[in-house]
Amino acid sequence: MTAAVSPEASAVWAVLRAVPDPEIPVLSLWDLGVIREVSVQGRDVVVGITPTYTGCPATAVIKSDVAEALQQAGYMAQVHDVLSPPWSSAWITPEGCEKLRAYGIAPPEFPVGRVAALLGEEVTPACPRCASRQTELLSEFGSTPCKALHRCCACQEPFDRFKCI
Amino acid sequence: MSAVTAPVADRALMTYVLRLADTALVLAQRLSAWIGHSPAIEEDLGCANIALDLLGQARLLYAYAGELEGAGRTEDDFAYLREECDFLNATMAELPNGDFGQTIVRQCLLDLWRLELFERLTQSTDVRLAQIAAKAVKEIRYHVRYSSGWLVRLGDGTDESHQRVAKALTTLWPYVTEWFAEDAMEQALTERGVAPSVAAVQVGFETRLAPILRDATLTRPVDVDYRWFGKRAQHSEHLGHLLADLQSLHRAHPGAQW
Repeated sequence: MTAAVSPEASAVWAVLRAVPDPEIPVLSLWDLGVIREVSVQGRDVVVGITPTYTGCPATAVIKSDVAEALQQAGYMAQVHDVLSPPWSSAWITPEGCEKLRAYGIAPPEFPVGRVAALLGEEVTPACPRCASRQTELLSEFGSTPCKALHRCCACQEPFDRFKCI
Repeated sequence: MSAVTAPVADRALMTYVLRLADTALVLAQRLSAWIGHSPAIEEDLGCANIALDLLGQARLLYAYAGELEGAGRTEDDFAYLREECDFLNATMAELPNGDFGQTIVRQCLLDLWRLELFERLTQSTDVRLAQIAAKAVKEIRYHVRYSSGWLVRLGDGTDESHQRVAKALTTLWPYVTEWFAEDAMEQALTERGVAPSVAAVQVGFETRLAPILRDATLTRPVDVDYRWFGKRAQHSEHLGHLLADLQSLHRAHPGAQW
């Protein structure tokens, strides 16, 4: 991401950064980390998208939203699936995590240090409203494939959390 | 019956991929029947989300099977336009839901088997299969958390819940043996490094299952001679009824697309 980007590629990235996720519109597709490849040849653009979950119904919408945004900006867009490497919630950008928190969704957090990660330790999520770590799991699955449902024991509010995969 | 005339370069691999795909699709269909009927809304969400992941995995596998066959069959063709005698799913996936306890026992057994199988498939010499497995394994790990958590709660719960899951385990266990009864095709794929060794998968499955059964205060049933071979299209009487539901819309409106 630090390599020099040509002006024409930057213009394409600017379009892509503005496309919101269809289910969590506070997040852009860039923030979500699903845009894996972009190649630009004049006005022809090829974009590779990776699904968050294999069965996520939003994947088809995401692909058509990307194609539409690029067409409106005057590009000929081709959007295809990228299967490997599989998406990880660790790919959500730091800005994306902040946007999620402000929106009321606890962002994914991974244990610090390799040993903790190897042992499969879980980070207890902080309540996105009051920041308390006194929270508990209500349901492993939530309103979309990427979220689980938790509850804050301090402020009593239930909240969604991005699953860590 | 499908009319396939063109020779398939790798019939064994295509058959193996279809077995994986059919198990995922049939199990997704069974789990979906809990929507609106689960004991609590969290379990509605749990069953629906696991079903959705399984459906996604089935789609990736069907698409690959279609490419291997090279006859232009799509995901929908495999799901909607095949008969009972064409399906190659593991028999356990097609068994009725029973009560919630039986669904959880079935799910936990299948999740643990699929986790062990797909973790090993990430090392397959077949690149596409390894990529699909790497994607699926993240989802299956999450499924195991759900189903094993429930199995422990029910097994180590009340007398009633314990008795129900203990009975379900005895009922379902005979269908486990099919997974580990290696056939010549699987053996050949293992020799090519495409499929993991069935014996190694069995050891891994037993190793994962033992502590869960211990926490659930359940006893591993003794093995019986296997009687079903869904993976060779010899099914129980339940698959036909399941497919009648699954395929009804497509049969009433041929070519229907969402």
